[in-house]
Amino acid sequence: MRRKFTRIGLAAAVVAWLAMTAAVGHVGGAAAQEKAATSAAVKIDNFSFGPTALTVPVGTTVTWTNRDDIPHTVVSTDGVFKSKALDTDDKFSFLFSKPGTYPYFCSIHPKMTGQVIVQ
Amino acid sequence: MSQNKKDEILHDHNRDGIDRRGFLKCMAWAGTGALCVMQGGVLKSYSMSRANEWNAAKMAGELSFAQISDSHMGFNKAANPDVAATLQAAVDKINALSVPPEFLLHTGDISHLARPEEFDTVDQIVKGAVAKDVFFVPGEHDVIGDEGKQYRDRYGKGTQGEGWYSFEKKGVHFIGLVNVVNLKAGGLGNLGGEQLEWLEADVKRLKTSTPIVVFAHIPLWSVYPEWGWGTDDSAQALSYLKKFGSVSVLNGHIHQIMQKVEGNVTFHTAASTAFPQPQPGKADSPGPMKVPAEQLRSFLGITEVNFVRGQHALAIVDSQLG
Repeated sequence: MRRKFTRIGLAAAVVAWLAMTAAVGHVGGAAAQEKAATSAAVKIDNFSFGPTALTVPVGTTVTWTNRDDIPHTVVSTDGVFKSKALDTDDKFSFLFSKPGTYPYFCSIHPKMTGQVIVQ
Repeated sequence: MSQNKKDEILHDHNRDGIDRRGFLKCMAWAGTGALCVMQGGVLKSYSMSRANEWNAAKMAGELSFAQISDSHMGFNKAANPDVAATLQAAVDKINALSVPPEFLLHTGDISHLARPEEFDTVDQIVKGAVAKDVFFVPGEHDVIGDEGKQYRDRYGKGTQGEGWYSFEKKGVHFIGLVNVVNLKAGGLGNLGGEQLEWLEADVKRLKTSTPIVVFAHIPLWSVYPEWGWGTDDSAQALSYLKKFGSVSVLNGHIHQIMQKVEGNVTFHTAASTAFPQPQPGKADSPGPMKVPAEQLRSFLGITEVNFVRGQHALAIVDSQLG
């Protein structure tokens, strides 16, 4: 229990610090991002992104893995990120450092769409 | 709708169910292959299994060409670990035709990952074809990463915009369209305004009796939008072709043979030389279909097209590789 409390305390402190730095106009320092760093995964299977909508905290690195026999890409609809062609088992990662909704699609198979919601 | 034959599956996505000019709407599964004879916009389709009943004289024309598609050079997964060998087999088959085709059309997905060495390999193999002229359009795999710049550097000399062009062969007007660049999230294949304007101007000057052959990678009819098998603005393109008596549309992308007739327009998709894909909706996704190795070549193929002057007819013959 004690450890859990410590973690929550730390997370709260980081959030407070981030809020403070944001308030004074600093763009989140590397140290802050490191402390809050988490990761999340999106699998590409059967011409679809799973989960289709992924919600993560700010500072999360999302990694896409292509598990199809056909190449796919991960391309932000708004031009925020763009992978190269991912062949089978290739991965693409992107660090989400700002809150927002990031819709994306496969530029080869545009019927494949997904979004990352960063809070 | 006419009763479908044993080895043909009827598709009626438009729900019109019309046998408009006594034509046969069919989808011949790649393993069967089909001979198609089109007369004045009417397409007849015969199963390859009845090849012994063909009238060779009827098939002979003043212009014949072969279509190959979806060679996916660089693909090496279980569905076909040697796509170079099957492309070579397709070229061998073309070279063995009784009437050598005057040229080849490649309807895209030349490469799997748009890597230079993949294009190089295809060029080397295709060079061995008796027909020296090869006309290409890009597939979505050929434009990965650079929206088609490398493709156009290699194959796009003398083309417009993203690589579209037209040419004449013995009175037949051929139009190569590009519907694989600038694709929008959630959308299908896309021609775009600039290309549509060009197309409208390109066909304006032609007599309505001119036979038209349009070729592009992604089908220009709605085969199965759920899998992206269609082109968002194809209806606009086809509206410019309404005045013509004979329009044939040749596509690739779906790695299986399908045919459909709409008024004066015959749509035809070719088999892949690399690997088969499932029938629409018959699998979780349109990914490569694994078939027993000894059956693979029966799912791959080439398409030979004969143009017969006077009848304005195109005879489309699909051959399997095995």
